[in-house]
Amino acid sequence: MVTIANVINAGLFAAAIRMATPIVYAALGGMFSERVGVINIGLEGMMLTSAFSGVAASYFTGNPWIGVLISVLTGGFIALIHAVISVKYAGDQIVSGTGINILALGFTAYMTQIFWGNRGASEAVHGIPEISIPIVKEIPILGDILGTHSPLVYLMPVITLLSYYVLFKTPFGLRIRAVGEHPTAAETAGIDVYRIKYICITLSGLLAGLGGAFLSLCHLNLFTRGMTGGRGFIAMAAMIFGKWMPFGVFLSGLLFGFADALQMRLQSLGILPPQIILMIPYVLTVAILAGVVGRAIAPSDYKPYKKE
Amino acid sequence: MSDSIRQTINKLGLSREMLYSVGYQATAIMAAFLVGALVLYATGYNPVDAYISMATGAFGDTFGIGQTFTQATPIIFTSLAFLICIKAGLFNIGAEGQFLMGAMGATIVGIYVKGLPWFIHVPLTMIAGMVLGGLWGLIPAVLKTRFEAHEVITTMMLSYVAKDLTSYMVNYPIKASGWVSQTVKIETTAELTRILPPTQLSGAIFVAVLFVILTQFLLRNTVLGYELRAIGLNPTTAENSGININRGIIIAMILGGAFAGLGGACEIMGVHQRFIDGFSPGYGWDGLAVALVGGLHPVGVLLASILFGALRSGGMIVARVIKVPQDLISLLQGLVIVFVAAPMLIRSLLRRRK
Repeated sequence: MVTIANVINAGLFAAAIRMATPIVYAALGGMFSERVGVINIGLEGMMLTSAFSGVAASYFTGNPWIGVLISVLTGGFIALIHAVISVKYAGDQIVSGTGINILALGFTAYMTQIFWGNRGASEAVHGIPEISIPIVKEIPILGDILGTHSPLVYLMPVITLLSYYVLFKTPFGLRIRAVGEHPTAAETAGIDVYRIKYICITLSGLLAGLGGAFLSLCHLNLFTRGMTGGRGFIAMAAMIFGKWMPFGVFLSGLLFGFADALQMRLQSLGILPPQIILMIPYVLTVAILAGVVGRAIAPSDYKPYKKE
Repeated sequence: MSDSIRQTINKLGLSREMLYSVGYQATAIMAAFLVGALVLYATGYNPVDAYISMATGAFGDTFGIGQTFTQATPIIFTSLAFLICIKAGLFNIGAEGQFLMGAMGATIVGIYVKGLPWFIHVPLTMIAGMVLGGLWGLIPAVLKTRFEAHEVITTMMLSYVAKDLTSYMVNYPIKASGWVSQTVKIETTAELTRILPPTQLSGAIFVAVLFVILTQFLLRNTVLGYELRAIGLNPTTAENSGININRGIIIAMILGGAFAGLGGACEIMGVHQRFIDGFSPGYGWDGLAVALVGGLHPVGVLLASILFGALRSGGMIVARVIKVPQDLISLLQGLVIVFVAAPMLIRSLLRRRK
């Protein structure tokens, strides 16, 4: 017997926060990239490759934290390639990002088969154990929702705050916004536009890498083929819905995380065909994009900037 | 260059710039294969053996050639789906979903419409594929024109929805009895004839080539084609000269969806004769890569489709003979796209060599 209490309870909200984590990381990453005028469609591929490399590193070293480090660096490295193509060579940002996505899918499946002899999934590896917050854990209901999570979940609001601080309270953040809104003026004011762009695009990959690490080292403790399942694109929608603002991104990430958690919960109850339930996050993403985007104004016009 | 060659080139609608661009595309492909060779070498395979085995598998005998063209057929359609939209400045990366929806439309008409002669049933089944594929292209077009939702995200999301929706269909409402997630066979009157048995090559290849020609004609010789290209080049100028941009976007996306949908229909009618869950190995994504590698020109697309078809058919042989993981193909594809993304990078590579 399925009741509403089976579906909507503290466990669902805890899961929503968990599933929001990779989306918020990737969306914050996308935000930094778009803030300097470069679209990062490759978030999906960066997350996927990071999820893979983290598992591989944990498998070979036995230390999941080294896995997280490798994940983050992998994301950053791929983003750097994207930066070189779109900043230095003024290449097409969407083509480059799409190439990264397809390359990531192929490369990770290829390497999964090389390492574990199976293109579908890796072996289980050491993941990051969850931690409990002593006092919070004891609070009724709230404790069930917030009390016990992966450290990467608790890191997410910290990174959000930090992003806000950097972007709006530091001279560096001012430079970032200047580069995105008016690169020529920024250059005239003595800002090294290319350098800021490189930093922000690489940062977007580092953050996407953190999201990938969460998926493979905290959520599942293994890598499966295409395990990001469009979350990079959902993150882009979350970034737009959040109007390229850290707190907005955070909140919309929670919303998409909730959709993902609801999908998983309904899946486990088996009340509808799984394929129908699987559609929920995707349909929601399309609906939200359609509902708000008309009023969302991008922070940049995304044209490649040529130095004089 | 002799005059006769130049005349032929002019007749084909190729320009000098295009020849240069062929050079860039070829360099991008070579660069991708070079990096692919490094990956093969690093993972313990002999890249020369792998590539030779791939080439002989794809072109070495009649069977290989037949399978190469079989694999190229759906890719031609999905690359046209990307091409027609990018000409109007739209990034239709959802050809996979449109392809699947088209395949589903064709399957339904192929199974449930009975008693028609083949010369009515075949086109009707194709039209069903085009309609459903076109509808799947129309949704993101409407979302873009009415709500400014970016088509890159919506077409991608709708691809996932199409995958789940068609999977639901073949697992529940129209599932054939048995444990496999598939439908029953379509009526024989809706099938396309195999033209090179025992390969799976069917008459669909002719339909594909016909649509390459139609697309080229549409883009070059019609007002609509001119309008779409004008929108793609500069929407503001196009609007100022009286072109209705929203109308252009909607038409381009419907056409793109219909092309991909027809590809899905042909795949069902010619190759599988039924909808099998997960039958597409990602032809939609191939289409995007092919359109870019083909220099966004219908003739280039045709050649690039054959290359990618060869990659798929040869890739299967390599996977079987040398046990190289079959995902090598999408690895190479991704590399090609990344290199194609930066013409200036390729240009600087070429310059350095001199």
